[in-house]
Amino acid sequence: MSQFVFDPTKVMDIDFTKRTEYLEGLEAIKAAHKVLKEISFTPSLPDKGYNHRSLYVNVGTLEVKEKPVTQQMKDVFLGGRGFGLWHLWNAVKPTTRWNDPENEIIICPGPVSGITQYAGTGKSLVVTLSPQTDIPIDSNVGGYFGPLLKFSGFDALEIQGKSECDLIVFIDGQKGIIRIEEAPEEPVDSHVLAEVLTHMYAENDADRVNISVVCTGAAAEHSLIGMLNFSWWDHRRGCIRLKQAGRGGIGTVFRNKRIRAVVCRGPQVKGDLNNVADYETIAKTGIKYHKEIRENDPYQCMMRRNGTAHIVEIMDAYDLLPTHNFQYGSHPDTHKIDSAYWQSRCTQKTVDGCWYGCSMACAKGADGLVVKTGPYKGHTVTVDGPEYENAAGLGSNCGVFDPDYLLELNFYCDTYGICTITYGTLTAFVMECYQRGILNKERTGGLEMTWGNAEDDLEMMHQMARGEGFGIIAGQGVKKMKEIFIKNGWGDPKLINDIGMENKGLEYSQYMSKESLAQQGGYALTNKGPQHDEAWLIFMDMVNKQIPTFEDKAEALYYFPLFRTWFGLNGFCKLPWNDVVPSNNAQQPEAHKIPEHVQNYVDIFTATTGIKIDKDELIHQSAKVYNFQRIFNIRMGKGLRKDDHAPFRALGPVTTEEYLSRQERYDKQIAEEMKLDPTTMSLEEKMAAHRSWRQGRYEQLTDAVYKRRGWTPNGVPTLERLKELGLDAFPEVVDVVKLHL
Amino acid sequence: MIQVNGDGMEWQDGLTVRGVLVHRNFRFPLLIITVNGELVQPKAYDSTLVPDGAEVQVVHLMSGG
Repeated sequence: MSQFVFDPTKVMDIDFTKRTEYLEGLEAIKAAHKVLKEISFTPSLPDKGYNHRSLYVNVGTLEVKEKPVTQQMKDVFLGGRGFGLWHLWNAVKPTTRWNDPENEIIICPGPVSGITQYAGTGKSLVVTLSPQTDIPIDSNVGGYFGPLLKFSGFDALEIQGKSECDLIVFIDGQKGIIRIEEAPEEPVDSHVLAEVLTHMYAENDADRVNISVVCTGAAAEHSLIGMLNFSWWDHRRGCIRLKQAGRGGIGTVFRNKRIRAVVCRGPQVKGDLNNVADYETIAKTGIKYHKEIRENDPYQCMMRRNGTAHIVEIMDAYDLLPTHNFQYGSHPDTHKIDSAYWQSRCTQKTVDGCWYGCSMACAKGADGLVVKTGPYKGHTVTVDGPEYENAAGLGSNCGVFDPDYLLELNFYCDTYGICTITYGTLTAFVMECYQRGILNKERTGGLEMTWGNAEDDLEMMHQMARGEGFGIIAGQGVKKMKEIFIKNGWGDPKLINDIGMENKGLEYSQYMSKESLAQQGGYALTNKGPQHDEAWLIFMDMVNKQIPTFEDKAEALYYFPLFRTWFGLNGFCKLPWNDVVPSNNAQQPEAHKIPEHVQNYVDIFTATTGIKIDKDELIHQSAKVYNFQRIFNIRMGKGLRKDDHAPFRALGPVTTEEYLSRQERYDKQIAEEMKLDPTTMSLEEKMAAHRSWRQGRYEQLTDAVYKRRGWTPNGVPTLERLKELGLDAFPEVVDVVKLHL
Repeated sequence: MIQVNGDGMEWQDGLTVRGVLVHRNFRFPLLIITVNGELVQPKAYDSTLVPDGAEVQVVHLMSGG
């Protein structure tokens, strides 16, 4: 409606080809490599999206082998996250923890991943046992690695074992070589390492686009919140770019295995490498979508110009932008970090993107950032983003509204290998603990963690990367910080638990769920923890009031998590589904589901694999994997009702300040919903009434959602549900369920 | 008085769909708007008058990451 109109004259005049280079010493670094293992394989291209084999690498024993992708794997798990979960299930025992050698990191692109005719088709899914949650984590990521792995000949990469030295796994899909190399002198941080390795493994300048590096950074060695970067070569800028598999500490597992990097050199990408069943349908669907993007995006979300950061000011306007650790939903300084600013700061002159053919092209580079702190002080770097989650998490949620500091926080998160969402939420928690006296300068070792203090915020991050001081404690994440603070007697345990925004051990992503019951479930009634990629229902629920009853909300919490799971099974990005809509969408039945785009996905899947599905079968495909993941959680000791509880800050006002900031709304609810008279109640009585009412509603929602999902009141999929999904064919899966019925 | 997504809103003479959006600070660009069940196209937001007593539904499509 009133989003900012792009004004090209306001774009800063920054040379986007200028940045600090790190190639000095490359030859010496390379000369220090020692080949530990080398085997050859026959490169192949997929047939209808599948290679029918995966690659297994044990970095401890140096075993390297091919494993078949069976018909049963395809039928039940489809690909992507499904394959990752199935490989992990077979690799671990209920007693396995994240740092045991048998834990795996599995990278899977999915059958559709790598087509270049439709937007958002270059995703990989990464799965491991999380050091934060002790259950499987799945994280989706762009960049070229997944498609290049697939076009080298593998549907998945399984990495198991623990090395005693730092090493690199190199997969050469052009020459058919897999090599494990000891890498003793590599740089540690991602923006340096990915640049060095791209130049090291490319055989010439033109070959750099065929290289993708998976790596992390220094903080992954000293924290539980490490993430993985996936690179691609930006030939326009002449530099590497990075996308992140952020959630759950996958980078921590990676470094615990002593892996410095996994590098894939694939064949030169062309439009037909997936050898799809029906190229014409995919091309036709893609052309239709590209036209829609070109014509509608400038008047809708402006994703091509702003990326996901376009919703910074939207969330602020709807009181949904997390501010000061999710206490409030807006801030007067939001305009300093809104999309109008990022339009001027993101300086690429051409369409950007993290995979070929993506017309949504939401990747954004902020060039020419001169770093002010830390080991790269004085360096000129390019930062990818910020995306919305980074602007909200590192910015408003911590009270940081200085955009250059926000970019620097974003830069260091990326290069140190830290999840930006996690870091934002845990830092917001630290700052609120500081505000309320749970922490002080003595307890933080001198860090003054006041709202908006970006310099000390950055210093905490540098400590995390160096493995020093309070940074080590913060790097354990919110759940373990809560335990430490309570054990040390630093504050009221109830308050600490109320304001620590984690569920299952994972930090909340950056939306306010207090006033949307459906979104409270969208966060906490999830498999991996509170990440918005299962369901984002705040507008439907809070603004539109489309889903008023518990049953309505349960239906939304049935459909959308399954629909969105499907993207991760196939290698799709979610953004092209709903960040632009067809011109006639409003006239379609169930317009909120964007039915034309759903049909596009059905058509593309069928045209890629030759397997005919419809929109109902799409949901059924997801339900198999979703329920399998729930049972996997139960097998690992979680996944029951007790694990789906939410901290009260996610459900309602914890403090008097929060209550008073929305007093009119809350008093009205007391009168209309609870049938009490707020004028006769003290503030404490009103807050207690809200706590009881909101917690009761959350329990009622949980009952309704479990029922709709075919689960028991304790959150266990029933045997009948297993049979409907064909999961009863796996006796070990049935055995897990039977223990809890 | 009109109803906007179930909430009451004061009506005034000459109120347009655009006026409702401004009053409610509905800034999200992906909206489906009906007035008394009739779909209003975006190009008509400025010209479509909202009658007193109308039921206005402003459906925001999904957003968020």
